[in-house]
Amino acid sequence: MNDESTFDGGLGGRPLLTTESVTKVFGGLVAVEDITFQIPERSIVSIIGPNGAGKTTFFNMLTGLYRPTYGRISFNGRNVTGRRPDLIMKDGVARTFQNIRLFATMSAIENVMVAQNARMRAGLFGSILRLPRVRREERNVEEKARETLSYAGIPEQQHDQLSVNLAYGDQRRLEIARALASDPKLLLLDEPTAGMNPQESAELTAFMRKLREERGLTILLIEHDMQVVMGVSEYITVLDHGQKIAEGAPEDVRKNPRVVEAYLGTQGEKEAASAARREDGGQG
Amino acid sequence: MSAAATMLRERTESRTLIALAVALPITLWIASEIEMNLFMAFVLWVLIALRTILHDNRTAVRVTLAALVVWAIALPFFQESGGGFIEDATLALAYTVFALGLNIIVGFAGLLDLGYVAFFALGALTAGWFMSGFFTSAGGGEGWSLFVGEPASTLPGIHMNFLLVIIIAVVITTIAGMLIGLPTLRLRGDYIAIVTLAFGEIIGRIVINGDTLVIRGQQLTAGRQGITPIDKIDLPFLEPFESLELRPWYFVALAMVFLALFVNYRLRDSRLGRAWIALREDEVAAASMGVPLVKTKLLAYGTGAAFGGIAGAFIASYLNTVNADQFAFSFSIFVLAMVILGGIGSIEGVMLGAIVLSFINNNLIPDVFNDYPSKVGLDFDLTELSFGIFGFLLVIMMVLRPEGLIPERRRKMELVEHVGTGTTVGVGAAEEKPYEARV
Repeated sequence: MNDESTFDGGLGGRPLLTTESVTKVFGGLVAVEDITFQIPERSIVSIIGPNGAGKTTFFNMLTGLYRPTYGRISFNGRNVTGRRPDLIMKDGVARTFQNIRLFATMSAIENVMVAQNARMRAGLFGSILRLPRVRREERNVEEKARETLSYAGIPEQQHDQLSVNLAYGDQRRLEIARALASDPKLLLLDEPTAGMNPQESAELTAFMRKLREERGLTILLIEHDMQVVMGVSEYITVLDHGQKIAEGAPEDVRKNPRVVEAYLGTQGEKEAASAARREDGGQG
Repeated sequence: MSAAATMLRERTESRTLIALAVALPITLWIASEIEMNLFMAFVLWVLIALRTILHDNRTAVRVTLAALVVWAIALPFFQESGGGFIEDATLALAYTVFALGLNIIVGFAGLLDLGYVAFFALGALTAGWFMSGFFTSAGGGEGWSLFVGEPASTLPGIHMNFLLVIIIAVVITTIAGMLIGLPTLRLRGDYIAIVTLAFGEIIGRIVINGDTLVIRGQQLTAGRQGITPIDKIDLPFLEPFESLELRPWYFVALAMVFLALFVNYRLRDSRLGRAWIALREDEVAAASMGVPLVKTKLLAYGTGAAFGGIAGAFIASYLNTVNADQFAFSFSIFVLAMVILGGIGSIEGVMLGAIVLSFINNNLIPDVFNDYPSKVGLDFDLTELSFGIFGFLLVIMMVLRPEGLIPERRRKMELVEHVGTGTTVGVGAAEEKPYEARV
């Protein structure tokens, strides 16, 4: 099933992130099974699939929150399998979360400043004595946080607002700004347009392209909104029941019968399939 | 801000003002009952009032704190140097250092530590070892001393300068703090409390039974008998301290409080302070944003523990004894109660909580109200009920003002406005914490 894994994105970019047979088992449940894929540099790649297909579990392995049961992940030529999340972040992988996970009692600016932690050098004693070096660093970090917030489209008067008090769309943008603050090479977005209206989604799509053009970012996206997925991705991987069932350019994936069956689904096939399952269940 | 929130704030404000109006005369009456300075009670209340009314107005807080500093420095000159007031005030200041240390662990990093007594014990023990005649065989029985004057330098045992002992105590307690931190790294919340509780008990037991732990003819501790006497503090350029002349002790304790305050303020507004808050709010998000969990937690444990060591060494010399009975579990709870009463994470609040509880413990209960039960025909002293009273205070506090006397902004949001910790805004139900902890 990995015969398509040699895909280079058609962009000539070298692979920035590669996974080989990555598998995650929880107890008896195989959440992600044998995923081999790669993301070429400066590409926008999507992972789609029905709920429970293992997309977020896969993300959590890429960012170090889960250790793969089996398989190997390498980023930028370096083996990062089972590496600590903060170190993977430092290597240049930043993410957002499906359910927004901002630091609620911190202001927008503080949220973004936390994310620069890995790029900062102030130690315990430096911070206590507030050495000139530390003071300068603090200033730079704050300046950069404000810059990043504005870049992500959060107006200046919102910067010192507590993150919980921001509008929903702004919270989503703040999460992206927080991820961007660490100067990542690869940005992982977990359903960034969830809960957004079509106009906001379109803005975000444009923003993703802008990030790639202006900052040379590579973006991996989990998304349910097909308009966004088809519009922005150069390449799509489809997961179902933890397995990769298809991958390729958007138009190929759209036509792939297995994808249609598993994900987009035609009504007739779906009913037939569920009827067959019921029958199996009855006999067993 | 929404109209509802404004209304809520105004209502809280007016309620606080009413509470203050009721509390002020009571405080003044209590203050007049004992020798405690009226002025002191007054300043404490002004501090609460200002902070509550002016919210986070930084200038107001700074002016109040500056006034408080001047007052704290001037205070002993209006009191008898050998008197009971300075004696209690010095102890209250030492407890403030403990509370500010624990505040770093519990308040900033959100790690509930119930074994803080361990660091008091280790700090005091350091003073017991290196500032007394405890090691009788040191220097071939002649004694060994470092930077101390007469008569300590001529006595048997190890006699080191107080400043050196402080440094050793800091090193020992920092290492101990990190060691206790290690097994709690995989744990959350209540489980951390249980492990730290056990650690506090272990150290306490070791001190109690240390008199039977004999290595090469030398006991580890003196157990319940206590190591005594401990050398008086002997600072460079100053006369050695006397046990009846308490002003110098007061100023040393005050200097330690300033140090603890300084470190608390600086760390709160630093890279590390932000990392602690992030960690407290959402460990998974913090790790994903590049906060190293292990290092950040251990730094909180280590820094907090160091202040336990400093204050412990001071108290050993001040009370002239290192006695195993001092290191009971109730000490941990006492210091934690100071932090909670004042306002978890709030530096000004913790300071206030420490001073208030110390005075309740050292003045109010034993000196003022002690014979009240017998006046109404009951056959016990109020001191026997001390911890019941503290418990009662905490319950009242939890019901009326869970965020503490002077709340910290973020904690107040969590406790009163139910924002924060674990809040997931957005689509879908809150997912399971997906982080597989590893050390």
